[in-house]
Amino acid sequence: MIATHYPILQVVIPLIAAPLCSLLPRSKLPWLLATVVAWIAFAISISLMLQVKDGGTLSYELGSWPAPWGIQYYIDTIGAFVLVLVTAIASITLLASRQLVENEIDSSKHSLFYTAFLLCLTGLLGIVATGDAFNVFVFLEISSLASYAMIAMGDNRKALTASYEYLIMGTIGATFILIGIGLLYMQTGTLNMLDLKARIHEVDSFRSIHAAFAFFTVGICLKLALFPLHHWLPNAYAYAPSVVSIFLAATATKVALYLLYRVFYTIFGFEFSFDLLHLGYILLPLSIIAIVMSSFTAIFQPGVKRLLAYSSLGQIGYMTMGIALETKAGLIASIIHLFNHAFIKGALFMCMACLLSRIHSTRLVHLAGAGRVMPWTSAAFVLGGLALIGVPLTSGFVSKWYLILAILEKDYWWLAVIVLFTSLLSVIYIWRVIEQMYFREPNEGCVGIKEASPLLLACTWVMVLMTLYFGIDSRYPIEMATVAAQALLE
Amino acid sequence: MSVRKNPILLESSHLLIPAILLFALYVQFHGDYGPGGGFQAGVIFASGIILYTLLHGTKRAEKVISLNTAKVFAALGLLLYAGVGVFGIILGGNYLDYNVLAHDPVHGQHWGILIIEFGVGITVAGVIISIFYAFAKFKK
Repeated sequence: MIATHYPILQVVIPLIAAPLCSLLPRSKLPWLLATVVAWIAFAISISLMLQVKDGGTLSYELGSWPAPWGIQYYIDTIGAFVLVLVTAIASITLLASRQLVENEIDSSKHSLFYTAFLLCLTGLLGIVATGDAFNVFVFLEISSLASYAMIAMGDNRKALTASYEYLIMGTIGATFILIGIGLLYMQTGTLNMLDLKARIHEVDSFRSIHAAFAFFTVGICLKLALFPLHHWLPNAYAYAPSVVSIFLAATATKVALYLLYRVFYTIFGFEFSFDLLHLGYILLPLSIIAIVMSSFTAIFQPGVKRLLAYSSLGQIGYMTMGIALETKAGLIASIIHLFNHAFIKGALFMCMACLLSRIHSTRLVHLAGAGRVMPWTSAAFVLGGLALIGVPLTSGFVSKWYLILAILEKDYWWLAVIVLFTSLLSVIYIWRVIEQMYFREPNEGCVGIKEASPLLLACTWVMVLMTLYFGIDSRYPIEMATVAAQALLE
Repeated sequence: MSVRKNPILLESSHLLIPAILLFALYVQFHGDYGPGGGFQAGVIFASGIILYTLLHGTKRAEKVISLNTAKVFAALGLLLYAGVGVFGIILGGNYLDYNVLAHDPVHGQHWGILIIEFGVGITVAGVIISIFYAFAKFKK
């Protein structure tokens, strides 16, 4: 049966499509192939999710070598949940990407762009699907190298320095993760995550296990862009081509967060990470600083893409804050926000792509009066912005609600005040954009501009409607997060 | 005298380049018995082409292997590798299961590693030649 091979096909189909894509001529065929492949991957991930949604697991042995000797692919509820998220975002982004790539990227590079996109997708899916620690590193490199190349394709020359900065920081992060893997392998003699979990507590030399834990944490937090390791992110998101901004903002940091769950809960286990090493004492202050600082910085940004990038840093802070609470409710809140924020930020960056395709700038001053000439795009931005703030009936509200419940469960009322205060800060920076769009006279550059192309607009609204849908009927993310958190904490 | 007209360099390169390419093939296919394998073989093969390009310029080198051919090779190698894996699924095994490639599992393993290492070699050679051309042909 082909269905037993789904865990590997999920990763291998984009991997095979990537070199094929580079051989196809011009722009249309590579786009078609990439889009079809992303939708196939989406269908596979849904099928995987249906098999494990009640807490079951799937395992697949590469080359039929039994685990823990061979490489094992291991999919549980949190894995399938993130796989669905990444493939869903990739399918919608690729569907919308044709015109954006045409506008922003040199025509000789189109097929290579789609190749890089598929490789990045392969890497992200591989990180989630694999149950082998070294395999994680390999896929991390595949996805990172592809994203450096994609960011460098931005039409502003600063894209090159942004990509270079990300390259340096990302490589340091990946090296730290590799050192962590090496230390664990040295002490336990295994690379299989489940086997590591079983053997890690038999090790006598605790110092090298502590060191491995520290290397993992710092390395993944670099990839996650948690304060103070976040400097690469705003430029990378701001200067990348808009397709890349949408995709990376919605998925890359989410997959890094997934990796954090895997390392903290699956490999090292809750008692080791939180009771023995008190990870929460470090993670909580860093999360708070990340949220407060980036929300303030976002308010003063002249470019909307940079503003959204800083807001992403703050939202990452909410997700790590959930982990830092050291409770099941906190972990659930973190997973729910991981899911909801992907669609919210995807929708907002999609709006940026719409604006960029017509106004050719996303600087705040150039957006004056955009609400009159591009009403659908602007309306989508308003709804996305409301979700980012956390207004009821949007998915952002569900995230914040669960986060605040988890905080109050711990009696950290001061933390609840901080979360509410930073939500007010996000009102300010979203309002600055809305004010420009709706309450200013249009610029000369805005006169006679038409609404963005129907396909692009449709994809934007799909994302927006997703955030509204999950704000009203939030059963799916909540159920999945609850089952996943239960499994992670066991 | 420019490097490209230096008779000593030209003659010695004519001696060296065939030997380098042959050695690459040796490292490739002897990889399962001795040190070597696809990655090293690919790099050695590409270094032969790079030596030729240094002495004769990109124009003549591209008559041997053009940039597009190199890119096609880079893609083909990966397809060969992944294709062997998928072939394992078609024959009823798991992905990258070499046991099912031949009647005898030992032979199957042998075939599998030989073919995927060949894929690695093609891709590495293709990628290194493309990178070298990209720099050699770069104009401001």
